[in-house]
Amino acid sequence: MLESNLATAAPVARMAADGRHPGTAPVADSDSAVRRPGDASDTPQASADALLAARGLHTYYGSSHILHGVDFTVHKGEALGLMGRNGMGKTTLIRSLMGLVRTASGSVTVRGREMRGAATHAIAKCGIAYVPEGRGIFPNLSVKENLLMAARPGVDGQCEWTFERVMATFPRLAERLTNGGGQLSGGEQQMLTIGRALMTNPDLLILDEATEGLAPLIAREIWRIVREIRLSGIATVIVDKNHAAVSSITDRTMILVKGQVVFDGSSEDFRADPDLVTQHLGV
Amino acid sequence: MDIFSFLVQTLNAVQYGLLLFLVASGLTLVFGIMGIINLAHGSFYMAGAYLAFGLTSATGSLVWAIVLGVPLAMLVGAALEALLFVHLYKRDHLEQVLLTYGLILIFEELRSLIVGNDVHGVAMPDFLAGSIPLNDTLSYPVYRLAISAVCVVLAIGLYFLIQRTRLGMMIRAGSHDRDMVQALGINITVIYRVVFALGVAMAALAGMLAAPISSVGPNMGGQVLILSFVVVVIGGIGSVWGALLGALLIGFADTFGKVILPEFAGAMVYLVMAAVLLWRPEGLLKKGA
Ligand SMILES: Nc1ncnc2c1ncn2[C@@H]1O[C@H](COP(=O)(O)OP(=O)(O)OP(=O)(O)O)[C@@H](O)[C@H]1O
Ligand SMILES: [Mg+2]
Repeated sequence: MLESNLATAAPVARMAADGRHPGTAPVADSDSAVRRPGDASDTPQASADALLAARGLHTYYGSSHILHGVDFTVHKGEALGLMGRNGMGKTTLIRSLMGLVRTASGSVTVRGREMRGAATHAIAKCGIAYVPEGRGIFPNLSVKENLLMAARPGVDGQCEWTFERVMATFPRLAERLTNGGGQLSGGEQQMLTIGRALMTNPDLLILDEATEGLAPLIAREIWRIVREIRLSGIATVIVDKNHAAVSSITDRTMILVKGQVVFDGSSEDFRADPDLVTQHLGV
Repeated sequence: MDIFSFLVQTLNAVQYGLLLFLVASGLTLVFGIMGIINLAHGSFYMAGAYLAFGLTSATGSLVWAIVLGVPLAMLVGAALEALLFVHLYKRDHLEQVLLTYGLILIFEELRSLIVGNDVHGVAMPDFLAGSIPLNDTLSYPVYRLAISAVCVVLAIGLYFLIQRTRLGMMIRAGSHDRDMVQALGINITVIYRVVFALGVAMAALAGMLAAPISSVGPNMGGQVLILSFVVVVIGGIGSVWGALLGALLIGFADTFGKVILPEFAGAMVYLVMAAVLLWRPEGLLKKGA
């Protein structure tokens, strides 16, 4: 925690963006929108509506250091796009936030309450729903069972997302209720996991690569649904390779490079700066 | 074999198979859902039989023994899961086998210390002590029919629990992806504890039900453990309905083996297992079915 704050607070020279230098991770230049501790966004007033936040998060897989002091915040009702090339640590960050991988140091708070090291189910119970990469449906349960097993009222007792509403949102699922989860097409499986996440009446929905491997038409359908979910007031964290689509429906954009935040600013600013894409996201 | 003795043997086979199912279903659930090989599962059967002996002596009736013993077995099962088995989920099978084999030795020693090594009998409840005459010479004991009836009711209850309740959906989901179940806000630890306690209670109940028709004595868990593993393997590891099929198959193989080929009686069960596995190496049904 301490050393990560020092590291981000210290003025740093701009490194080559290709990140080829061993031991030197690319860092944002001083005029970019990285939020630092002490910024306006970290005043108690601003973080009061922070739904899920992390400070100085470090995560290792064995001896490989994946997250290098990540600061992360998503506010109530906010849509955040989390971007970065393959292997930069997006999924690891999400799994760290959810308590699905052990974190080495830092803090994870949900509504200001420290949750780092808490059980995943306890974190999820705080109103956080997770749609993992690769979808994570239960193929040995029917479509209906996949949905019903997850049903519960939200943190404030809200029950807007009923089975009926999920059916209305995903008419394709309504036609396949008795099918096994494993018998669905990729797009249907994705709808099922999103629908299942909504059955928990979350305040925050985290989508990791929700459109990966889907036909463009199906992907567009998913984007439409995500937009609808957003409008219903649920905060979203969206990880996706399609940065144009993500930045067009999010309020804020965050870019990870080798486990470090190199950009954290409004999606408007992100769109206005095409260099960010070529530098950090292009292939 | 005339029709009546055939009927008697069939009823015996069904009763034996169903009792075996009671033990094996817990074993297959714990293996299929938690990934634990529990060699001590047979000890729960033995513990049930001794519990029936002790509680029947104390309360005067096997019915009371069961009413008190089943919740007790569930509590003991939950405690064992919380203290010992919870540490096994992420361990490999060798460590599981070592710990659970150690438990067998501990349970046998405890039994020896507490009740000694004598063989005991348990009286069946008076109202079930009669038998139904079939013809001039043959009759069938009501108590064995009652065992079958209890087992059928429990099998239906288990089916309902696993297939029709939300807890059952969570149990099945947990057998596929533990992390995902947790990420939906469901405490899988509690679910595992419930499943384990349920498995212990069913094995103990099987021991209690069997007590009046088989003597209660040392090492009675060993034979049941081996047969239960045969049932689990035949049925398909992790499949409860496979276990039901497997248990009935073993019930028939054992019962009719003793009648038709008495000289091969001991081998019959294993011949059936070999035949099933040659036909279906994965067992009769798949996990989760
Ligand atoms: N279970 C694991 N064990 C060891 N290393 C891992 C593991 N999972 C991921 N990694 C490594 O950690 C780094 C970050 O991976 P992560 O999956 O978080 O990246 P990502 O940004 O989500 O990538 P993608 O866009 O491909 O999904 C990668 O270098 C990856 O190889
Ligand atoms: Mg990823």
